[in-house]
Amino acid sequence: MRVLTCFLPPSAGKASIAGFDVLEHPMEVKKRIGYLPETPPVYPEMEVIEYLTFVGQLKGISSADIKRKADEVIGRCSLGDVRAKLIGKLSKGYRQRVGIAQAIIHNPDVLILDEPTSGLDPKQIIEIRELLRQLAGDHTIILSTHILSEVEHSCERVIIISQGKLVAQDSVANLTNRLRGSEAVSLEVGSADGRPDPTEVQVRLEQVNGVSRVMMKESKDGRLIFEVESLQGRQIRADLARSVVNAGWNLNELHAAGLSLEDIFLQLTTAESKSEGGQK
Amino acid sequence: MRNTLLICKKELKSYFASPIAYAVMALFGLIFGFGFFTATRDFVRFSFQAQMMGQQQPMNVNDQIIRPLLGFASTIALFLVPMISMRLLAEEKRTGTIELLMTSPIRDIEIILGKWLGAVILYLCVLGMSMLNVAMLFAWGKPDLKPVLVAYLGLILQGATLLAIGTFISTTTRNQIVAGGVTFFVCLLLWLLSWFTAFDSGPFSQVVNYLSIVTHFENLSKGVLSTKDVVFYFSMIFFSLFITSRAMESLRWRS
Repeated sequence: MRVLTCFLPPSAGKASIAGFDVLEHPMEVKKRIGYLPETPPVYPEMEVIEYLTFVGQLKGISSADIKRKADEVIGRCSLGDVRAKLIGKLSKGYRQRVGIAQAIIHNPDVLILDEPTSGLDPKQIIEIRELLRQLAGDHTIILSTHILSEVEHSCERVIIISQGKLVAQDSVANLTNRLRGSEAVSLEVGSADGRPDPTEVQVRLEQVNGVSRVMMKESKDGRLIFEVESLQGRQIRADLARSVVNAGWNLNELHAAGLSLEDIFLQLTTAESKSEGGQK
Repeated sequence: MRNTLLICKKELKSYFASPIAYAVMALFGLIFGFGFFTATRDFVRFSFQAQMMGQQQPMNVNDQIIRPLLGFASTIALFLVPMISMRLLAEEKRTGTIELLMTSPIRDIEIILGKWLGAVILYLCVLGMSMLNVAMLFAWGKPDLKPVLVAYLGLILQGATLLAIGTFISTTTRNQIVAGGVTFFVCLLLWLLSWFTAFDSGPFSQVVNYLSIVTHFENLSKGVLSTKDVVFYFSMIFFSLFITSRAMESLRWRS
């Protein structure tokens, strides 16, 4: 990430943004990126508007445009209330938003965000995600995060990097499918008159076409929860339902138990790892 | 150029938004004022005595007040320079704002020049405090203007040189106190070098003598404007800022 922003040189390989190599044309690359590091790079002794004006000029906005641009990002990041406050006196959420405002002020092609929601409360996280979704229309956003649910919510492409090596790069849905291969279904069976016999149910489920494995997860209060896995590429949910109902049991619940991104992540990486997600 | 001025303006704002600028100016004004008071009082006392003893030779304000006073100012500056320069890059490194500067479309040397220029301008403001006192001498006495101007040029060059060294030291650490302390000792060392050669004139001590900040200032404070001294200061400034830019570059490769 820091290599892409020209802050660090690559130790191996090549990196380029919008066709410009980070080593050969760092100035061109820097003009085209907006970067929010883990801690927002703000000067506590400056006012919000003063800071945004400074950064805007630093990024090469002419002094004629700067006032308009600063007002524009203040609007986009809803910073109007704190416009003339010292950044040092702002809350973490506001400071984070000032950081994002700083990154988008010069309307860069690529926006690089390092853990944009870390240390924020849930309301602020939702606000920031909403803001990112609005921005996604005009910018390519690269965001790095350890919070996988965030990736599921907001990213179109996921890149998982483990110890400097790329281990996966795909969309969330494809990644899930590819790793899962077979379908996993969780179903809950009950009956009106007392509890059905677990072994009987299990045998019956195993007889359904395309089932590779049946596991009983839980049994309590006359309800049995099974997890069923299919053979590669088979759709078994309809057959399972029919088979349960035909036997006279109640089918209380049946849903696909997809692999979560957490499971994928664990499968792909070992102990020490970091994930990156991308959104377009 | 535009970027350099931008950084310089931001630096000055930061100085004047924090107590540093005011503290440095007040301290300098106070100490310089004290020196001025003592020097003037003694001067007046001696000139009375001289008149009573019937000496006709008029006493010289330039030689007896201004020169020692500005020499004194250069010593005070030695203590103030680390206070001014220590935060320049150390603070940016500590708070992480260095990432903002280094990922903006602006060259390292522009950052360094801007920061150094900001520090020099603050230093000029500090020196300005002394002009109040010196102006008084012009109002009630008749000192020569030109040697005073040359001496001020010397003060400015000396300060700019020490600030450039301070900028370099500030790049090497993220701790302001360390930056300030090391800068102070380096300044002190450059100052003390002239002692080393006081009674010696071998080739080695000539080199050491040349490196001493004070020897060059002494000429200027006498009103002697020689290229040798000016070139010394300019080459020191250039060298310091050059190694600062190298140090910035190495930040990228090391971190």
